Amino acid sequence: MDAQRTFGEPILEVKNISLAFGGVKALTDISFDILKGEVRAIIGPNGAGKSSMLNVINGFYHPQQGEIWFDGQKRQNLKPFQIAKQGIARTFQNIALFKGMSTLDNLMTGRYIHMHSNIFSQALWWGKAEREELQHRQRVEEIIDFLEIQSIRKTPVGRLPYGLQKRVELGRALAAESKLLLLDEPMAGMNLEEKEDMCRFILDANDQFDTTIALIEHDMGVVMDLSDRVVVLDYGRKLADGSPDEVRNNQAVVDAYLGVSHA
Amino acid sequence: MPVELLNVIEVMLNGLMAGIMYSLVALGFVLIYKASGIFNYAQGVMALFAALTLVGFQTGQVPFAHLINVIFGTHIEYWSDGLNTFVAIILTIIVMVILAYLVERFLLRHLVNTEPIILFMATIGLAYFMEGLGDLMWGANIKALNVGIPSGGSFWWEDVTKTWAPAEADYYGMYIDVLDVWAAVIAILLVVSLTLFSQYTKTGRALRAVADDHQAALTLGISLRTIWVIVWSIAGFVALVAGIMWGSKSGVQFSLSLIALKALPVLILGGFTSIPGAIIGGLIIGVGEKLFEYWIGPLIGGATENWFAYVLALVFLMFRPQGLFGEKIIERV
Repeated sequence: MDAQRTFGEPILEVKNISLAFGGVKALTDISFDILKGEVRAIIGPNGAGKSSMLNVINGFYHPQQGEIWFDGQKRQNLKPFQIAKQGIARTFQNIALFKGMSTLDNLMTGRYIHMHSNIFSQALWWGKAEREELQHRQRVEEIIDFLEIQSIRKTPVGRLPYGLQKRVELGRALAAESKLLLLDEPMAGMNLEEKEDMCRFILDANDQFDTTIALIEHDMGVVMDLSDRVVVLDYGRKLADGSPDEVRNNQAVVDAYLGVSHA
Repeated sequence: MPVELLNVIEVMLNGLMAGIMYSLVALGFVLIYKASGIFNYAQGVMALFAALTLVGFQTGQVPFAHLINVIFGTHIEYWSDGLNTFVAIILTIIVMVILAYLVERFLLRHLVNTEPIILFMATIGLAYFMEGLGDLMWGANIKALNVGIPSGGSFWWEDVTKTWAPAEADYYGMYIDVLDVWAAVIAILLVVSLTLFSQYTKTGRALRAVADDHQAALTLGISLRTIWVIVWSIAGFVALVAGIMWGSKSGVQFSLSLIALKALPVLILGGFTSIPGAIIGGLIIGVGEKLFEYWIGPLIGGATENWFAYVLALVFLMFRPQGLFGEKIIERV
């Protein structure tokens, strides 16, 4: 990674977010930002509120307090599919692919928000629908090449091994060509080789497609390698925020999360 | 060929044709079940309602005529000699789309994330509501439906098959209703086009995506509500096709809504989530019940067609609960 990477203005700003389920506080007064072009990691022990944070960003949860600014504008309470249309894509901790569909169809579904032909044109497969289909198919093939999954293009994804499913899910999210890509533990359950591959794909996606990425990850080695900046959550509160080195040397983080001895 | 064999072939052919009719209804069930996990009890009534509406437009009936006459003391019944069949079909499709929208707006939207049994109960309510609505709008009398599909026995087929029998046999040839043949052709076209639509269009993929995983579909910008309206519209269209076929065959009447029940064993055989399954299941039931009636019926007093399908389904449930083509049920322990 370049020693000195520079980024644009914030694509997403989270301001004083609090989220509670009944009496259980999942997030308390969380603020941070994600800059255009960076890889931002959200880390923390189990139950720290990382996934809740992601769910707030993509609209599955609506926080009781706080504001979210996306692409320079304050966001109203939108539904997840509206937020997806604005340009936020995500993957899931437990893979959420369309298992009965082929890799190709999964990725084509990722193009949904970019396809605009009307239903009559689609029903007759004529005019715009046909042109659009071919044009987006081409884009999807590029992503398939990029992720090196040509050989499983037509395979129903339910039959693929776990590591490949994770890769297809990344591909589907990439196909959405979002302004912000949220990855929920993209490397969970992978072996070393698969992790290295995934790291490479994430970095290349960030680099080649100019995708801004926010990711949750448990493997600290991975986090430190991948991310430009790290925000640390613990018990629903923000513990630290900064470069990997700053976070690594922050005593509160070490105590709460890394759990290494203080030698 | 011996006459006995020819007779069996004739019974099987008629069974296949009857099976296509069952398949048409079952198809509507599968579409909605796949996309939303709802077993739509109202599918049969939707077929009835669509057929009633079509006849109404075709003959120029005034909707709610009875109600209007009672309230205002008038005696109106028809507002014109009726519309061209094609126009009437288009208008009926529009009505079915509006219906789909209303179902989403007033029923599904409020029942999202409830138990499947609650949604099922809601569709039972919907079935009776629509039956009443159809009655109120178009009247309860039996109506003839003619959209110009030829019907009656095929003389050509009779002549062809006559020559198959030995010359000395007293054989008149096979009977097959041309209407049934048309129903088969239309059913095949319908299935092929639905399959192509779901494979190669953005909306088709979105339908499958929603069927597979709601949440993931949402994160790709797919609106569940829009998809539900589309699915119910397509199911309404399939209901219209089934309604036209059944209505042309035996008149548009309220017993038509009961054919929905025959679609149940079809679904158990074919699997609730498989479109080819609905077709194959319908064919098996159709052929099975006709052959059973032909061979076993005389031995046990006939009328086996009333129950054969259900018993076959019961036997099937014991060995293959997910149906022939259904997704395998694997429970994690």
